[in-house]
Amino acid sequence: MTDRLAALGRSGLELYRFVLFAFGLFGGFLYWLLVAPWKGFKVRYSEVARQAVRIGVNAVPIVFLVNFFVGVTLAITVADILRIFGPIEYTGAVMGVGFWRELSPLLTGIVMAGYAGASLAAEIGTMKVGEELMALEASALNPVRFLCVPRLLAVMIMVPVLTLFGNLFGIYGGYLICTGLLDISPQLFYDRMLDPLKVKDIWVGGLKSVIFGCIVGLVGLGQGLQVRGGAEGVGRATTNAVVYSIILIIVADCILTVALYF
Amino acid sequence: MADASNPPPNPLPGNPGEDGRDGQFQKGDVIIRCTDIFKSYDGRPILKGVSIDVRKGETLVVMGGSGHGKSTLLRLMIGAELPDSGTIELFGQDITKLKEEDTYAIKRRFGVLFQSGALYNSMTVGENISLPLREHTDLDENIIDIIVKLKLELVGLRDFEHLVPAQLSGGMKKRVGLARAIALDPEIIFYDEPGAGLDPVMLAVIDELITGLGEKLGVASIVVTHEMHSAFRIADRMVLMHGGHILAEGTPDEIKKSDDPVLQQFIQGKAEGPIPLRLSSRDFAEDLLGG
Ligand SMILES: Nc1ncnc2c1ncn2[C@@H]1O[C@H](COP(=O)(O)OP(=O)(O)OP(=O)(O)O)[C@@H](O)[C@H]1O
Ligand SMILES: [Mg+2]
Repeated sequence: MTDRLAALGRSGLELYRFVLFAFGLFGGFLYWLLVAPWKGFKVRYSEVARQAVRIGVNAVPIVFLVNFFVGVTLAITVADILRIFGPIEYTGAVMGVGFWRELSPLLTGIVMAGYAGASLAAEIGTMKVGEELMALEASALNPVRFLCVPRLLAVMIMVPVLTLFGNLFGIYGGYLICTGLLDISPQLFYDRMLDPLKVKDIWVGGLKSVIFGCIVGLVGLGQGLQVRGGAEGVGRATTNAVVYSIILIIVADCILTVALYF
Repeated sequence: MADASNPPPNPLPGNPGEDGRDGQFQKGDVIIRCTDIFKSYDGRPILKGVSIDVRKGETLVVMGGSGHGKSTLLRLMIGAELPDSGTIELFGQDITKLKEEDTYAIKRRFGVLFQSGALYNSMTVGENISLPLREHTDLDENIIDIIVKLKLELVGLRDFEHLVPAQLSGGMKKRVGLARAIALDPEIIFYDEPGAGLDPVMLAVIDELITGLGEKLGVASIVVTHEMHSAFRIADRMVLMHGGHILAEGTPDEIKKSDDPVLQQFIQGKAEGPIPLRLSSRDFAEDLLGG
């Protein structure tokens, strides 16, 4: 038992240390993005576009899948509860608010932790093991500027975009259930969805998605940079990237929701 | 130009950055000076006080047993890692004390061939070589293309620029790494086992390339190698690293004639001699019996 507790403590400490490292990496990111360009170190915007396509476009199917099916499931569950009280057309209201400010940012963030975070950790980690990062440094190319800045920017742009798609997919799932199985007219679904939706819900969802994107990118890149040892180290970093991002996303989500709605 | 055998009284001229790329460095001037370097990994000492000078235009061969810190020394000299103590001066500037951005001007003046090749696996051969040119010069794409072709020709890899590293053999990777190292026409080149994985003919070609760069362009070369034949062919000076120290240093002739038993065992490649097979001091029998 005490062994287990000690192990838990060690993992916690490891996560804490890593979070500090990730903050340092974020500082480096801001430096190379905002300060260094004034000294003549250009940001590689063409690479940002390439990475955005690689990370974002390929993730559309899985983001669709997850949000759509959660939308379907949620609509059925909520309708069942609302049926007890009568007005099942308010299912639309739950779908709208639920997806915009909570579900789509969270689901998309977690999907991207597995999709983009893992691939970033593996890619950068493999480069570290193959001494490619050292070769870059020896050619006077800073790996944070050269590799991390474009990738992090790409993730921070693509996760919000995918979250927006996720909203539409999720609500569409609910819409199919409501109009197909529950005899709610499309107009009524639409009205009820918009009724309680406030502007705040929309920007909170957007803010969350940016922060989650940042977490996914920083954790993936940070784990890659910290790889030690060979292929086995890359494997460990990939797993850690997914686990840490999911933990941090859920904690950040909770903190943001409490801070912004209480 | 000063004669190599007669170095000027002050071998370390002032900051070369002040008067442009060439500085006042002439053949025979010291351009790398390592002083009393210590380095350990996880408490295990690897380098225990290493001092080396390298002069412009000379080829220094670094020999030494596997695991005796040759690659580590190179990593320190290129600023990839920091020593625990000691100074490393390149072109008269101590890179261990410079801020990262201030090392860039120095890093553009040397090229490195890593032991593993360290090619960028996501890029083609051509992109590997052109990357430093694209990032550090304003050269036109056409010119860059021509330079890439020239460098590949030098290492015997004509028409290979569209392959990716995964499609190359070990020796080919080494040669691409070499082409990349010389892409920017550096003044210093570090080679970590350039001959490993090369056939004898290719090895001779690369040796000629290395000596040619030194003689014609005044490039200083630091070559780590285990190929004794090639080492004596290219070296102006040789050092033997052993147990974290520089055990011997001298011209190829001096090294050949030395009566140091470790040195002789090493250059003649004999299994019997003062160099122990295992680095651990514990007795093998003790080890086996779990002592
Ligand atoms: N990153 C590292 N972490 C821990 N130990 C290291 C690291 N790099 C090197 N070492 C240790 O330092 C010692 C010297 O390694 P180095 O690679 O410099 O040897 P070498 O002389 O180049 O050998 P070889 O001829 O086999 O290439 C080895 O014992 C190695 O275990
Ligand atoms: Mg080595």
